[in-house]
Amino acid sequence: MLETRDLYKRFGGLVATNHVSLSIEAGELHAIIGPNGAGKTTLIAQLAGELRPDGGAVLFDGRDVTALPVQHRAAAGLARSFQITSVFPPFTALANVALAVQAHAGHSFRFWRDAARDGRLTGPARQALDLVGLGPRADVPAELLSHGERRQLEIAMALATGPRMLLLDEPMAGMGPAEGAGMVELLRKLKGHYTILLVEHDMDAVFALADWITVLVNGAVIATGTPDEIRSDPEVRRAYLGEETV
Amino acid sequence: MLERTNEGNKRETAAVLIGLALLVALPFLADAIGKGFYVTLFTRILILGLAAVSLDLILGYGGMVSFGHAAFVGIGAYVVGILSWHVFDGSPLMTWPVVIEGTENGFVVWPLAALMGALFALAIGAISLRTTGISFIMITLAFAQMLFYLAIGLRTYGGEDGIALYNKSGLGSSIDLFDKTTFYYVCLAILVVFVWLCRRLTRSRFGMVVRGARINERRMRALGFSPYRHKLTAFVISGAGAGLSGALLANAAEFVGPAYMSWQRSGELIVMVVLGGMGTLFGPVVGAAAFLLLEEGLADLTEHWQIVLGPVLLFVVVFARRGIWGWIAGPAREDR
Ligand SMILES: Nc1ncnc2c1ncn2[C@@H]1O[C@H](COP(=O)(O)OP(=O)(O)OP(=O)(O)O)[C@@H](O)[C@H]1O
Ligand SMILES: [Mg+2]
Repeated sequence: MLETRDLYKRFGGLVATNHVSLSIEAGELHAIIGPNGAGKTTLIAQLAGELRPDGGAVLFDGRDVTALPVQHRAAAGLARSFQITSVFPPFTALANVALAVQAHAGHSFRFWRDAARDGRLTGPARQALDLVGLGPRADVPAELLSHGERRQLEIAMALATGPRMLLLDEPMAGMGPAEGAGMVELLRKLKGHYTILLVEHDMDAVFALADWITVLVNGAVIATGTPDEIRSDPEVRRAYLGEETV
Repeated sequence: MLERTNEGNKRETAAVLIGLALLVALPFLADAIGKGFYVTLFTRILILGLAAVSLDLILGYGGMVSFGHAAFVGIGAYVVGILSWHVFDGSPLMTWPVVIEGTENGFVVWPLAALMGALFALAIGAISLRTTGISFIMITLAFAQMLFYLAIGLRTYGGEDGIALYNKSGLGSSIDLFDKTTFYYVCLAILVVFVWLCRRLTRSRFGMVVRGARINERRMRALGFSPYRHKLTAFVISGAGAGLSGALLANAAEFVGPAYMSWQRSGELIVMVVLGGMGTLFGPVVGAAAFLLLEEGLADLTEHWQIVLGPVLLFVVVFARRGIWGWIAGPAREDR
């Protein structure tokens, strides 16, 4: 479903993505792990189209999208969530998600009807909120939501764009244990319905959810395989996991 | 929280109704206290309020700090002025490819002023909106300055001295704009309709895209929006409102000149919006009133009345994003 070929990106002298070739099958949950600064977010930004790679190609559904700008990739079904929560603080949770629904539905040159009372927007938006467990908080402005709730809102917005693939950048970052467990449950629900690329630091979550894991260090892939293969890979253990983590 | 915002809503509705009632009653009140010139003053307030509301549409809702908004006001004014001049002069505006005569018919001239404001906004916006932040401010300012000097260069139409109008626009035999109360109510009606249109607009799907782009344009793109087109459309609508306001201003002053387009005028419009409350639509009208009343009241005392305005403005900017309107109508309810 999504493929990168020899992707390469540098910031000045720093190579952030070093000849990365990935292949993510439809329906798969593919996790990317790696230490801080490994280039995970940079990779997602190139997949989503926010950053142009300096070399290599990104293919979505077999089509070369390397030159396609972010909004067109999103419209083609590639949705991302942000590591640093990126929502519309003054809008209610419902309005945030309704905006995402609208992005997918098109028809944004309608000038008259009140968007907040448009069932074709709020209906699907409520569904997405219910799915992530934010249903009861629909009318609260995003700026008044807790950190964990805003992370859930991120996911709801990504889902509401009607994507075929999700790029999730550390959805559990900064969450407490209970919220984290809730997010794992949510991802389990989503798994199979969407192709998912998950960047996450929480190893328990990654090993519980992933079908496939790629390990990124200093911008380069040092290992890729099933969770079992990764767990027993000596280089990964040395470079990253540390004996006690797994 | 929910209760508070609902209450804020009711308070805003009440404030709007009371404000509207006061504006409707104003000519009678002015008459009662024997200060007829208040009608003229408030006519100016309504007209500049219209320009300020149109600016708020892009500044408050779209985050587009246009420092050249007076240019569109000036263009609207010049449409009235130039067509009126040709009536007086008896010469046609142009003879090729079609003959266009001058006219003072308000039903022709006013929509034309709005249209010209929109067209110039389309051209200027299409270029300016490729930039953001300071560059956007500077580029809109530069375009406005270009038009300002262009107007000075219009030798036929008075150049630096502008055009004195011998007639006001005609709106049929039953509406006489020379009657200052009639003119006042015409301006009030136009302002009310424009604010109402903008209010619908800002809450529509289109408006949500423009507002979303102000708050987080990057996120909008990640959702799949291309906000440029929406912002440009808002810019054009805003230009149309400003152009219309210019047509009214020309009629109010019976004069059109390059000074209408000066950067000081653009700055004053921004001050009105900020003072009244950005992103509130009603606030800019209050801001226009506050500005002109301050000017009126303080100009007698001191020539440098804007020295007083500075600190007032600073206070508003620091303590209330929603300006005077936030203070009158309560906290925001931005989700709506
Ligand atoms: N816009 C940029 N300009 C310059 N350097 C950048 C930029 N973005 C990222 N970097 C650098 O690229 C490297 C990879 O950053 P990236 O954010 O992709 O890491 P990450 O794997 O997501 O880390 P984390 O786990 O902390 O989120 C880092 O060294 C970072 O400092
Ligand atoms: Mg990161």
